[in-house]
Amino acid sequence: MTQAPRGRSRRVRPVLRTYSRLLAAGFRRGSRYRLAAFGGLVANATFGLLKVAVLFAVVDAAGGEVAGYDVGAMSAYIWISQGLLGSVNLMGRTDIAERIRTGDVTTDFLRPLDVQAAAVVEDVGKSLFALIPRGVPTVTIGLLLVGMDGPDGPLGLLLGALSLLLGITVSCATVYLVAVAGFWMVDNRGLQILYMVLSGFLAGLFVPIALFPGWLHATALATPFPSMLQFPVDVLSGRADHATAALLVVVQVGWLVAVAALGQALTRAGRRRLEVQGG
Amino acid sequence: MGDRTAVLAPYRAVLASRVRAQRSHRASFRLDLGSSMLVGVVELAEIAVLFLTVDRLGGLDLAAIVLVFGIADLSFSLADTVFGHCDNLPTYLKAGTLDVFYLRPQPLLAQLVTSDISLRRLARAFVGLVALVAGLVVNDVAWSLGNVALLVLAVLSGIATFSAMFVWAGGMQFFLVDGYEATNAFVYGGRYAATQPASVWGRPLVVVFGFFFPMAFTAYLPALTMLGLPGGDWLPGWLGWLAPVAAVWAWVLALAGWRIGVRHYQGGGG
Repeated sequence: MTQAPRGRSRRVRPVLRTYSRLLAAGFRRGSRYRLAAFGGLVANATFGLLKVAVLFAVVDAAGGEVAGYDVGAMSAYIWISQGLLGSVNLMGRTDIAERIRTGDVTTDFLRPLDVQAAAVVEDVGKSLFALIPRGVPTVTIGLLLVGMDGPDGPLGLLLGALSLLLGITVSCATVYLVAVAGFWMVDNRGLQILYMVLSGFLAGLFVPIALFPGWLHATALATPFPSMLQFPVDVLSGRADHATAALLVVVQVGWLVAVAALGQALTRAGRRRLEVQGG
Repeated sequence: MGDRTAVLAPYRAVLASRVRAQRSHRASFRLDLGSSMLVGVVELAEIAVLFLTVDRLGGLDLAAIVLVFGIADLSFSLADTVFGHCDNLPTYLKAGTLDVFYLRPQPLLAQLVTSDISLRRLARAFVGLVALVAGLVVNDVAWSLGNVALLVLAVLSGIATFSAMFVWAGGMQFFLVDGYEATNAFVYGGRYAATQPASVWGRPLVVVFGFFFPMAFTAYLPALTMLGLPGGDWLPGWLGWLAPVAAVWAWVLALAGWRIGVRHYQGGGG
């Protein structure tokens, strides 16, 4: 599924155009589900308020600060992470997984596009759209009802945006790995649940990973999950200073390269293994 | 007696087939069970991690929260095993396959519940049970008649309350369809709330998750009663005995929601 080496430079621009159109298509697709976005917003805000109750109580019980989090930093952590839930895939479900299960993926292999790149790019587009109906309103609700810390100046905001984009892409590229496991398993629901459980917890969805005991914190850092949620939240909330933020971004790039390479290898191996029922 | 066996026979046949189907792919089934058990463990860890940073939270210590978690998670997982399938209603609504259920001479809800049963969810109930037993042991709860009665009452009422939440959410799906996630806020948000010390909630949360959706009654309040803890102004410890009242209220809400939803439904067309 790679491009022929001959005439490579002439082919780069049409390829980029194709992927940017896929990105836009994913973005538009997200915009079709307004009611879904509303439902997600209700869920995000309700969970946010429950987290505020329990995590503020923790800060209070610890004497006003716990692992560097005061009330403002904790609030930023809660509302930004809740806002990103619509964009960062911590559920493990994708369209491509269903296409692999049903065998429809054979059609995708016939297209002059990289199956992995196309699936990931379209998901990123859909995730970026979700920032508008789910991300921004959730953070606004938190800002109005509770108040919170913000990014560390314009540079902090810029690094935050970059870190956010990387976080979304890492999540789409990692969840793609769950999907390609479908080439070897008839039913990968168990794997999907495993991903859901581990990703949420280790990405720092319910408790910031800084509050984890040492061994658990180290375990989390050895996975790509904090790159999806905890790192973008730390950068956007100004908890990480500029130098730390830059370091976190570099770590995110590293994970993106690693999971993308693994996904590419698995896609090739899976294609060779592909069996289509009937036909 | 013979009549009743005849009435239940179709349900039994369907359930048995679902159970066999899930066990047919062995590797997937084992991973399914393992993953589901891990769900319970991680959910306990989410709460426990907080108690490693501070000694007491909302008047409870780690031992007490393990008991609260045990009661809540055991009840929720058992309710989820039977009624969790109501979550798939939006899929049936969109595909138009719900109409098939209307063709059969059995109640819609009974068919929906028995159309699938997830064995993997029982694996999670096991984690809840272990936490419950551990909670009873580390808190040194006396095996008095009162405590045993309270525990049985709490678990049965908890199962009923959580089941009611699934049914209520199912009724709402007829209106929401794509917006199904809105009910997750109260079903799964409710499960999350049920494992928390309710004393940390502000007034609005007490109204929503303390009384309207009576999540505090599923585990937190019975645990307070059992441990002889005082509780707060709005949720005093003795309220634990009223868990069955909360369960009845939840079912009033559920059946009302379900009826309104079913009446609203116009069919999938075609």
